[in-house]
Amino acid sequence: MNNTVMSFKRFLALLSTRNKEFLRDRSSLSWNILMPVLIVAGFSFAFTGEIGTQYKVAVINKALATSQSQEFLNLKYIDFYSVDEQGNETAKKIQRAISKVQRHQVDLLLDAEKQQYWINTESPSGYLVEKILLTGGNNSFEKQTVTGKQIRYIDWVIPGILSMNMMFSALFGVGFVIVRYRKNGMLKRLKATPITAFEYLSAQVASRILLILVVTAFVFYGTNFFVDFVMNGSHLNLFLVFALGALSMISLGLIIAARITSEETAGGLLNLFSWPMMFFSGVWFSLEGATPVMQNIAEIFPLTHVTASARAIMIDGASLFDISYHLIVLLGQSIVFLLFGAWYFKWD
Amino acid sequence: MDLLQIKKLVKHYPSVNAVNGIDITLKKGICFGLLGPNGAGKTTTVEILEGINQATSGEILYKGKPLGDQFRKEAGIMFQSTALQDYITVRETLEMFAKFYPQHVDLDVLIKRCNLTEYLEQDNRQLSGGQRQRLLLAIALVNDPDIIFLDEPTTGLDPQARRNFWDLINDIKSEGKTVILTTHYMDEAYTLCDEIAIMDHGKIIAQGTPKELLEKHFNDVVLQLPKTEIKDADLSSFSIHKTEKYIEITTRDVNQTILELMKKNISLSQLQIRSRTLDDLFLELTGKELRA
Repeated sequence: MNNTVMSFKRFLALLSTRNKEFLRDRSSLSWNILMPVLIVAGFSFAFTGEIGTQYKVAVINKALATSQSQEFLNLKYIDFYSVDEQGNETAKKIQRAISKVQRHQVDLLLDAEKQQYWINTESPSGYLVEKILLTGGNNSFEKQTVTGKQIRYIDWVIPGILSMNMMFSALFGVGFVIVRYRKNGMLKRLKATPITAFEYLSAQVASRILLILVVTAFVFYGTNFFVDFVMNGSHLNLFLVFALGALSMISLGLIIAARITSEETAGGLLNLFSWPMMFFSGVWFSLEGATPVMQNIAEIFPLTHVTASARAIMIDGASLFDISYHLIVLLGQSIVFLLFGAWYFKWD
Repeated sequence: MDLLQIKKLVKHYPSVNAVNGIDITLKKGICFGLLGPNGAGKTTTVEILEGINQATSGEILYKGKPLGDQFRKEAGIMFQSTALQDYITVRETLEMFAKFYPQHVDLDVLIKRCNLTEYLEQDNRQLSGGQRQRLLLAIALVNDPDIIFLDEPTTGLDPQARRNFWDLINDIKSEGKTVILTTHYMDEAYTLCDEIAIMDHGKIIAQGTPKELLEKHFNDVVLQLPKTEIKDADLSSFSIHKTEKYIEITTRDVNQTILELMKKNISLSQLQIRSRTLDDLFLELTGKELRA
């Protein structure tokens, strides 16, 4: 019975009404803006001052460590982590590790085979770890120095928090609303008009993307005013990443809400998707030290790719080309989720 | 001209046969009432006609063609329990629905006709029952439909709101539009419908004009007496039906029945005589109370 043609007039009518509905729901709107600001404020307060009582050392060629290197690697109370398991090419691998030294995320980088090490001359922790390395007269290590401003945890976590807020808004904002409309008969009423499922779902997606981007921009600049976090990349690129990320996660919400008629079931399912994403997508802690299995699982989540892309742009100043892998995954997921969601959708 | 033809319509669910092969033909410009107790299959039937539900088998032709885009554009539907979007005003709701159709009526005229002028800027959530029903009717009329489905439109309304709603429906009928009405109120069906069909167990068990059906099934009247007036009198020689407060005696010969009641020393000071109604017909045919 549905029309096959997409009517822009009908799409705009639905889009406009949905936007008004969201903007006039003050409690929902306030929560969408307030929640990330409160989280950032909380973290900013909690991590003010020096943190980290344990030293962190990145190690290249750990398996080929010389006896002198091995002696250092055997020390307790230093967090050694190998960058050999990442599977990247050597030059890139070293460059990434050096970047971490520059940002004070790693206190020292050691090539265990060549007995080379890198420290940041502006890092007090780096200075102390160097002293420990050279204790006992092991002076055959070759020193390399780098400089760079410290990246605070708050700088590192903000891209993740922005992405996470977007995820909740996308999943619950679309998924929950569709289930509520199905349950109260609103979708059934729309089905009795010339509206097509594609027009309806497109309007929901477009409305939510628009609102997510406006709210995210508001949160971004509002938080930056108080916290003054690092932003080394292009604002436009970040905007594109968030737009694509929102599309991907809204589409995932559409699948969850495609047929469910109970708000309780929808809530449970949305939580089932959102909570693992929140914890295992690198929002709160880096996945680099995680097991390969966990890293592979994280690859499935759209939030992993949004967070990684946003972080790369904000901290490293990455270009779209640099993060093209994440963008391709997000685009692919969006297409698959959207097509499946539209096919699986039921009005009542 | 036949506007809608329904042939051998069947709808089976895994656990129940909701509609068991019904045939209906509707002429343009009539008000057709579909009556039946809860679970009779009338809502399923109407939902199939509206295009909301799929039939298991059977054929539905609108203006001689299967239901399709033309039907969707020319049909107006008022469900019994439709939610409206929160935080959206009456005016915005009407404007949104108007944009769904290639053509729509003049909204100012529609608003005036459905007495919505005072509530135009009011949030949908703040509407009273009667105001809400009038908005739902306005939505059903926004595309200037040729055929209008009204599913229990006055359920839950107070008597005055019901009367106002009947005036609106009569107004629509006067424009030559075809109305399909489901209702639990027999007075509503009697007042508004040109033709009715009574459904039970998924089948149509009676169909015709209200007058035809009453004449066909009844040639008697009902004498109604309060139970308190009967006391211990023996009424076994009469055909009676007991309600909560009254004894109802059905008879073809009123004079003879009254004489017999007087012989039994029953006071007739509170006697009421009434003709048979659709309520009686419904009870007679289905054995069920209408509002059950």
